[in-house]
Amino acid sequence: MKMTGAQIICESLVKEGVEVIFGILGGAVLPLYDTLPQYPKLRHILVRHEQGAAHAADGYARATGKVGVCMATSGPGAANLVTGIANAYLDSVPIVAITGQVARPFIGKDAFQEIDITGITLPITKHNYLVLDVDSLARVIKEAFYLARSGRPGPVLIDVPRDVFTEPAEFSYPSRVNLPGYKPTLQGHPAQIKKTAKLINEAQRPLIIAGRGVIISGAYAELKQLAETAQVPVVTTLLGISCFPEGHVLSLGMLGMHGMAYANMAVNAADVIIAIGMRFDDRATAKVSAFAPHARIIHIDIDPAEIGKNVRVDVPIVGDVKIILNALNKLIVSTEHIGWVQQLDDWRREHPSTVIRDSQGLLPQFVIRQIYEVTQGEATIVTGVGQNQMWAAHYYWYNRPNSLISSGGLGTMGFELPAAMGAKIGCPEDTVWCIAGDGGFQMTIQELATIVQEKVAVKIAIINNGYLGMVRQWQELFYERRYVATPLSGPDFVKIAEAYGIPGLKVRHKEEVIPAIEQAMAHQGPFLIDFVVEPEENVYPMVPPGASIAEILEEPKKEVAIWPQRSTP
Amino acid sequence: MAATKHTLVALVEDKPGVLNRMASLFRRRSFNIDSIAVGHSELPHLSRMTIVVNGAATMVEQVRKQLDKVIDVVKVSDITGDDVITRELALIKVHATASTRSEIIQIVDIFRANIVDVAADSLTIEVTGDEEKIESLFNLLRGFGIKELARTGCIAMNRGGSSPLRIEEKLPRFRNEKRKAP
Ligand SMILES: Cc1ncc(C[n+]2csc(CCOP(=O)(O)OP(=O)(O)O)c2C)c(N)n1
Ligand SMILES: [Mg+2]
Repeated sequence: MKMTGAQIICESLVKEGVEVIFGILGGAVLPLYDTLPQYPKLRHILVRHEQGAAHAADGYARATGKVGVCMATSGPGAANLVTGIANAYLDSVPIVAITGQVARPFIGKDAFQEIDITGITLPITKHNYLVLDVDSLARVIKEAFYLARSGRPGPVLIDVPRDVFTEPAEFSYPSRVNLPGYKPTLQGHPAQIKKTAKLINEAQRPLIIAGRGVIISGAYAELKQLAETAQVPVVTTLLGISCFPEGHVLSLGMLGMHGMAYANMAVNAADVIIAIGMRFDDRATAKVSAFAPHARIIHIDIDPAEIGKNVRVDVPIVGDVKIILNALNKLIVSTEHIGWVQQLDDWRREHPSTVIRDSQGLLPQFVIRQIYEVTQGEATIVTGVGQNQMWAAHYYWYNRPNSLISSGGLGTMGFELPAAMGAKIGCPEDTVWCIAGDGGFQMTIQELATIVQEKVAVKIAIINNGYLGMVRQWQELFYERRYVATPLSGPDFVKIAEAYGIPGLKVRHKEEVIPAIEQAMAHQGPFLIDFVVEPEENVYPMVPPGASIAEILEEPKKEVAIWPQRSTP
Repeated sequence: MAATKHTLVALVEDKPGVLNRMASLFRRRSFNIDSIAVGHSELPHLSRMTIVVNGAATMVEQVRKQLDKVIDVVKVSDITGDDVITRELALIKVHATASTRSEIIQIVDIFRANIVDVAADSLTIEVTGDEEKIESLFNLLRGFGIKELARTGCIAMNRGGSSPLRIEEKLPRFRNEKRKAP
């Protein structure tokens, strides 16, 4: 059947099961947008800045496991996507970005709103395409979705010149892709799996470090089985949080720069480390030369280039986490490591990392814990970057699979609001809480308008400390409290919300916290709470930059420590 | 770790941007590419690249893996240390007068190189060989005054039956698409 390029794109998106597109139009994509009404299955969400489109597609993809789609016009529209694409790249999130380009005869002539977006995004996409031939359009879209979601997922960009949208061509959607240079390995090597099983079975102090790969692969049950059968404690990376129930007796929480003290101590003492679907990011390992000095390291990852990149590995296994753990679990014998587990429990007791001290003022930790209590741990939490992110990671306990969405690799302030919007649109039944920093929130605040226009019932908690808090913390600890360019005199967020049409509350006192959260939950639509918290609260524990993971700064001013109750699911 | 010379060979789809993608991986890690040579391979639509770089072995291995991740790179291997034939072609334009011409011709003969152009005050020599051979000829001619030098960069192939880049399956192509020249 003959169709225009624009129709071919829409048909192909429908064939890929796309339901939502986040974008902003402009001259170069006008023919594509003009075609959209012919495809009522494709819901277009008009964002207020293209960065929001990419983050929303990202949040949508993380929440649903499907490919997120965003669109932008040529030039400035495409350029505005860049941060969001980079964010998805570093966190291995499957998104497809479709950008308009100037018409073919104008390419390379510095035409109006022409930028070389394939050149710009070359190092931050898994792959990208400039489609110069309408006949290749269907194939390119097929490949783009396949590449985005398979293997190690990632963003793919398709740049389409304006005149390709309008050119007619024969449409048939390919059933298969043909990519000779792309064959992800899924099955782990049996000999390596055997070696791994032997190491685990013989280990005295084994430890699992689980990352987002477990979530991507959906290997929750397999991970749990491995941990329970071999009695191996589990720490996670930031992005691995919620791949293993945090209330589980074997859960030690997050490791790294702001990891739990006992999680870091476990890494330091372990004799065998099973790293699963994680990439030894420097925020997770701290000083890499001092990382896990006593451990033999098994590294399971789908990306062969991650093996040995940052940390020496004794047994690499390349493949899909779920498939590998399935095979591995068959070889694991039921064991106990009573001494080791006891040791870790002692450390956990001696170095409690998530107690909330008694304080007159409103502590951000307390706010997060109350959101946990009121939502009963059933919400999806989407965070900003900085202190709010770390408190959200520490003080909410993630027992539900895939319930934390956060910008890890790129650490993008402003991710929180559009990503929360995307997550809520993808999973309308879920309660979605956006935990925002007062700094980051202002970077993408305009998406409040999108949320209202599209009736997205996101609940927003601003952790308002009046600072670019995480940077202020570094200035306090390492720059003798010289607070250069970190104080923020914020707007009145409740008034801002009101102007957008969102009800809100300002909360300054402890006793107002629970009623405010309950009111937000009871409200049908979006709701904003501006939590005015202690301005100079710090995130602890902390491994200072450059130090080894065992050199942990703990909360200095412990007044009254209340040992938190852990619920076992 | 000490930087050493590595030779990588790759089969890549001859699509626009491939070279860019590969070069960008080297640039990010501040690798200096000694030479890079690209041309057709035995398979239609696939080009063969030979890249000579200086770097620590672990870094080169990391880049090799990253290159392998590039979707348009079908295969890549590090053939450093293999038993390989490496060849490069150079054109050398050397200053020549009536009194030096015969001496230059003698040197060229010893190297089994060719004189491909003669002018009143110069000779242009074509030489093929491994890097060492080209370097030694160049050094001998230097005294006469080099006017210009152009080198292709090295290409390499394993000796004997082994072909680390051989692709077993036949690659079906997309028929109805017009393809761009690389
Ligand atoms: C886009 C962007 N710019 C700058 C930074 C550097 N940075 C990291 S955390 C931080 C402070 C964040 O402030 P806020 O959003 O108020 O969160 P808080 O740490 O106070 O919770 C900054 C500026 C960043 N991560 N992202
Ligand atoms: Mg702040």
